[in-house]
Amino acid sequence: MNIIETDKNALLVTPEGELDHHLAGKMRTEIDKKLGRGIINIIFDFSHLSFMDSSGIGMIMGRYKRIQKLGGRVIIAAPKPQVKRIIEMSGLLGIIQISPSVKQALRKL
Amino acid sequence: MENKFNMEFMGLSENEALARTVTAAFITSLDPTVEELSELKTAVSEAVTNAIVHAYPDGVGMVGLSGRICGKKVYITVSDTGIGIDDIERAREPLYTGKPEQERSGLGFSIMESFCDQIDVKSKCGSGTVVTLIKQIGGNKGEE
Repeated sequence: MNIIETDKNALLVTPEGELDHHLAGKMRTEIDKKLGRGIINIIFDFSHLSFMDSSGIGMIMGRYKRIQKLGGRVIIAAPKPQVKRIIEMSGLLGIIQISPSVKQALRKL
Repeated sequence: MENKFNMEFMGLSENEALARTVTAAFITSLDPTVEELSELKTAVSEAVTNAIVHAYPDGVGMVGLSGRICGKKVYITVSDTGIGIDDIERAREPLYTGKPEQERSGLGFSIMESFCDQIDVKSKCGSGTVVTLIKQIGGNKGEE
């Protein structure tokens, strides 16, 4: 997993492989260390993610709640079909946008 | 065709990937579509995560995973010997979670139900829970 701070006060989070309860716990800890301190937006780059289950949804929801309090936004970029299907099923699209690429996600901020 | 496997692993989150990988390898002989494979892997991941997160609040227990192929039907059973579920109906309600403080989405059973043809949940307080996922792979759903 790669986490970097980009322009527009955003954190670009790029997990690799499979986002389950195991990786979700690690992501939560690493992301929360960086929130506040000028960071108010998160872009999840899911282009290298081959799998996600409901633990990923819980992790994204939790980060959304924190970002909402900071007045920022959460955007998911480039999810593969399996991951997109879980996101759609979860109802997350009512509050979080999907972008085809990180570049386009950054433009939305 | 007919085939079976039976295994047990410690209820550690890193073993969720093991359970998915074993399931995927087990059904390879049925030549599943990419979608069928990812659906069953996701359902197994949800059942195993439930066992790891909820069954053993005081430590780490063992989780059982077994599979059976009967014709084109796959039966995957995830079992634990943990605290059990006191109200299965409520546990299966969409968005219900017993652990909101751990950012659980409450979608586990809904996903299992959507991605399998049938799920069967048996649980006894203090003895554990057995979840069986049933899914037909490939071909006409009416065929065996």
